[in-house]
Amino acid sequence: MSEVKNPENILEEIEVSDLLFRAMELKKKGYRFSQAHAAYIEGKYELSYSFSDYETYQLHNLRVVCDVDQKVPSITEIIPAAVFYENEMKELFGVKIELISTDLDNRLYRINVEKPLGPKEEA
Amino acid sequence: MAILKFAPEALSNLFKPPVTTAYPAKPAEYPERSRGHIEIEIDDCISCGLCARACPCGTISVDRSAGTWTIDRYDCIACGFCVVKCPKKCLTMVPGYQTPGGKKSSVTYQKSPEVMAAEAKKREEAAAKAAAAKAAAAKE
Amino acid sequence: MGKRSVIPYGPQHPVLPEPIHLDLVIEDERVMEAIPSIGFIHRGLESLVEKRDFNQMTYVVERTCGICSFGHGMGYCETMERIFDVEIPDRAKFLRTIWFELSRMHSHLLWLGLLADGFGFENLFYQCWRIREKVLDLQEMTCGGRVIFSVNTIGGVLKDMTSEHMQIILKTMDEIEQELKTIQKTFFEDYTVLSRLKGVGIMPKEKINELGCVGPFARASGVAVDMRKLGYAAYPMIDFEPVVSEDCDSYARCYVRLMEIYQSIDIIRQAIAKIPSETDLVTPVKGNPNGEAFVRLEQPRGEAFYYAKASGKPNLERMRVRTPTFANIAGLCEMLKNTELSDVGLLIITIDPCISCTER
Repeated sequence: MSEVKNPENILEEIEVSDLLFRAMELKKKGYRFSQAHAAYIEGKYELSYSFSDYETYQLHNLRVVCDVDQKVPSITEIIPAAVFYENEMKELFGVKIELISTDLDNRLYRINVEKPLGPKEEA
Repeated sequence: MAILKFAPEALSNLFKPPVTTAYPAKPAEYPERSRGHIEIEIDDCISCGLCARACPCGTISVDRSAGTWTIDRYDCIACGFCVVKCPKKCLTMVPGYQTPGGKKSSVTYQKSPEVMAAEAKKREEAAAKAAAAKAAAAKE
Repeated sequence: MGKRSVIPYGPQHPVLPEPIHLDLVIEDERVMEAIPSIGFIHRGLESLVEKRDFNQMTYVVERTCGICSFGHGMGYCETMERIFDVEIPDRAKFLRTIWFELSRMHSHLLWLGLLADGFGFENLFYQCWRIREKVLDLQEMTCGGRVIFSVNTIGGVLKDMTSEHMQIILKTMDEIEQELKTIQKTFFEDYTVLSRLKGVGIMPKEKINELGCVGPFARASGVAVDMRKLGYAAYPMIDFEPVVSEDCDSYARCYVRLMEIYQSIDIIRQAIAKIPSETDLVTPVKGNPNGEAFVRLEQPRGEAFYYAKASGKPNLERMRVRTPTFANIAGLCEMLKNTELSDVGLLIITIDPCISCTER
């Protein structure tokens, strides 16, 4: 038998303005950045930032719900590893993320369609 | 420093028979469970179309009135989901891969005339029964 | 300061198994910075949720990658099982564990071969792949596919292993262990191998933490992170400890992966010894999913992350697969700084990049 470490996942809904502060707090607590993803659901973006701990395997998710036009600050200055995730959100969903440390400017994925998973343009 | 650690292994390989088989001369052997291609017992098929709806890549089409079952074998990913979904268990996954080809083409299976006739008869009976029931309902 | 220039590296390069493009900023022969770009094989599998229902997605997600196919199928099913809140039968848990470890073995053997090919040791490369073929034969025997298993379903597994199958697996495990011991000597002691691996591509522990690296890449730098400890499938019933090395270099990554093959052999033996004999393999699920779930798994390349959100319709609203390579690319770019240009190809291989997975 081996020891099981399976703490309950935490899902915390926060405002866009709190994002940087919470990310910094979690980083100070020694969490590593696990992933970030966006989802476009009913006219709004749902951004999830996941942090986890190497020792306890605790998963802490930050959920930001924002409007299509709302600007979201980049967390790359605090967490350099988030570069690709934020570029991905920007390219595939069209989330308006500002001040990414290395902005790949729609060249992470070499696809012909702009924001294929984001809001559909009214024809 | 350790040089030539691999030499004994490399030398012994020189005298071993090859692990590969001489493929076209010796036929390839597939295990019993090998997911090669889909076969159908067309006369057991009830043309329900569950396989066509289940298929993740839309390779199967079923025509109820013509009694046909069509598969584009070049689109099939051999996942076996249709076999799981089939209510009559007339689909089976059998070994043997589709041979490559220059163009995509589909295979159509046609139900035998006897089965078609039996089905038509059954449909007629059911229709007659429904009409009778309707008439009875109208009378009341 | 020497002369600076930029060298485009990839996506087509003899040493790269998969298409990744790097712009290497070099000064004389030293790499100063590496800027990656991917996306040459983006297939949009995540957006397929709009067109395929949640059952069909099992087969779509599984085809994200040819090497870690079983893990993806299982990760998706675990996510859906969490949304449906069902517990799968015990035998199905053990079967998943056995298959998962088989796929880990074949992935690591493939990687060892690619590593050997990367430093030009072709003979060793063939030796690794010869052993790998035995694992592939076991997979074909039990599931019908050499790399794509298609045995996972939401609520359990579709196929059972007979006791003859398990005897054959155990016998093959003994053979593989023997053969691995002969090539292990070469990987760990051979002069040519050591000169290419020892002290090359140092990745300190602090950087791993900062960049969120996962899997054997992190374990080779002394971070004992192994998602199997989360206790999914039958792993809580099995005794194992993550393989960790403190060396932080390419040699350590080779060591960790080779030792993990032995670990997988051990886990398979334990699982076969403990597998319960019941006939039930699937817990049926009813209706459409509603809710969301986050699931993490230990793939051969590290922590994979699955997220699904459903709203009571047959089609999911969002399906997300974060593959381990995506997390490790940031680490790769950091590792490439201040290395020799001639080592770049080998160093890209040492993180075990799986770009097709990464782009989905």
